[in-house]
Amino acid sequence: MFRVRRPWRLFAEASALVIAVITAFPLYWMVLSAFKPAGEIQSTDALPWTLNPSLDSFRRVFEQQDFGRYFLNSLLVACAVVVASALIAFLAATAVTRFRFKFRTTLLIMFLVAQMVPIEALAIPLFFLMRDAGQLNTLWSLILPHIAFSLPFAIWMLRGFVKAVPEALEEAAYIDGASRTRFLWQILFPLVFPGLVATSVFSFISTWNDFLFAKSFIISDTSQSTLPMALLVFFKPDENDWGGIMAGSTVMTVPVLIFFVFVQRRLVSGLGGAVKD
Amino acid sequence: MTHQATAAGPAAVSPKTAPAPAAKPPRKRSGRKGGRWTPWLYLLPALVVLAALLVYPIYQLGLISFLEYTQAQVSGGEPTTFKGLGNYRELFADSQFWQVLLATVLFAAACVIATLIVGCVLAVLLTRIRAVPRLALMMAALGAWATPAITSSTVWVFLFDPDYGPVNRLLGLGDFSWTYERYSAFALVLFAVVWCSFPFVMVTVYAGIKAIPTEVLEAASLDGASQWKIWRSITAPMLRPILVVVTIQSIIWDFKIFTQIYVMTNGGGIAGQNLVLNVYAYQKAFASSQYSLGSAIGIVMLLILLTVTLVYLRLLRRQGEEL
Repeated sequence: MFRVRRPWRLFAEASALVIAVITAFPLYWMVLSAFKPAGEIQSTDALPWTLNPSLDSFRRVFEQQDFGRYFLNSLLVACAVVVASALIAFLAATAVTRFRFKFRTTLLIMFLVAQMVPIEALAIPLFFLMRDAGQLNTLWSLILPHIAFSLPFAIWMLRGFVKAVPEALEEAAYIDGASRTRFLWQILFPLVFPGLVATSVFSFISTWNDFLFAKSFIISDTSQSTLPMALLVFFKPDENDWGGIMAGSTVMTVPVLIFFVFVQRRLVSGLGGAVKD
Repeated sequence: MTHQATAAGPAAVSPKTAPAPAAKPPRKRSGRKGGRWTPWLYLLPALVVLAALLVYPIYQLGLISFLEYTQAQVSGGEPTTFKGLGNYRELFADSQFWQVLLATVLFAAACVIATLIVGCVLAVLLTRIRAVPRLALMMAALGAWATPAITSSTVWVFLFDPDYGPVNRLLGLGDFSWTYERYSAFALVLFAVVWCSFPFVMVTVYAGIKAIPTEVLEAASLDGASQWKIWRSITAPMLRPILVVVTIQSIIWDFKIFTQIYVMTNGGGIAGQNLVLNVYAYQKAFASSQYSLGSAIGIVMLLILLTVTLVYLRLLRRQGEEL
């Protein structure tokens, strides 16, 4: 669609490749350092490859720090949040798109405003709330707030997907004698599912990445820790165990990368659709 | 990516939205079975969760900011007393607060501008190149996007490590410590922030450019419009709604940065030189147990972000979006 002269296009493509390499470099360096033997990491003359990859750093991370357990905790929290917020948001999005009722617009604006709330500032009141509910040091103290924080955006994002299902389909279902509940779960839900996947990326990532709540609410029971806190154990001023940190970072990044690759097409088309409408 | 967008069908009208098509006339549905309570039934779980874990904590945050609430009150040693605006007075009289506020605003502005420039330039670049380099750049960007804030923080600190990092060696900076000085530490955090936030801008703006109908552009160039003219009269106006969305989103994200600063500068830098409001509130509340001061800072942040949101809503409304 753009008539670009050839030397220009070659130049543009070359710069795109260079930028791609620069952008990918931190991730490459992370994985590389995780596999480097200790001697090579502590060398002042860092090479961009290694001839003797070793699993020592990973072994140290999993043995000293019980990373496997933290990994499962993180995964459990993230999955619980994804499933719960997707279901709740689906119901709410259906309500605000397929019904007209009083306060509908007000509610929508509230959902929009709620996305802007600096959740980090809420760590203080949530800390006391969780303490009073006796949930400090449990995974619930992470799951519950994250469901609440991912809901407003999920509802906004799902709205368009629910809206796109033709009204005629709904009418037809009712004429065929389907109940409202049946329509909701057996017809609408499968049709909106791709949208749910795109939405879940955001809840998964914000939960998986959470560091502040993990740090504030899981204070004394380390068996309930999630990955970010475990990672920071290796992070000491002046004498960082870089091999351990990079191995831990790799373990923490890979699931998100897999998840992203998995839903990448849906994500881009979801955003594309958001923009297109 | 256009074919994917059509393949996936549903056009999500999220906050990131272009002007919606003309409003459909509202349909009455209260007559149908289920009645008018059905929408509220569907909304119930969401409203309960949000009331308990979002609205109530915001109320509590406001309340605590008006109380005398330190370790003594938390452990029940002393009764909580109402301090009125006392905490705010104390906060506003503290020169460090103003310094942190200024640093937060400037740092967020720098991050937003850098992210937008990088994201938009690369989005335009993506439209001018063939599939293979485009896929390479897209994949690399998605990788950066997917990287958790905490691991990107550790990786960037390691890349810029004075002893073992490759960057200093490449640039010949010797053992220059990036985190020791205030501005270089902020610059380091900025690199990490831009690295993981430009992909969102790039992908969104790229999708926006692709969404402009090719016929319009072809017609314009057949009519003899120059590239610059096409950009100014067609592309830019059609992209404006998207640019508003990514700008506001970036402002909100970058204003609230916590993890990167906390991890990379080890809790706010030497003598608090790299503090931003979020980290400052956290340090006040959880490190020195001054929960009420921390809450007051939280309220200040909330008000600033609320203002940004209201501006955003006005802009959306001016574009005539139907909610």
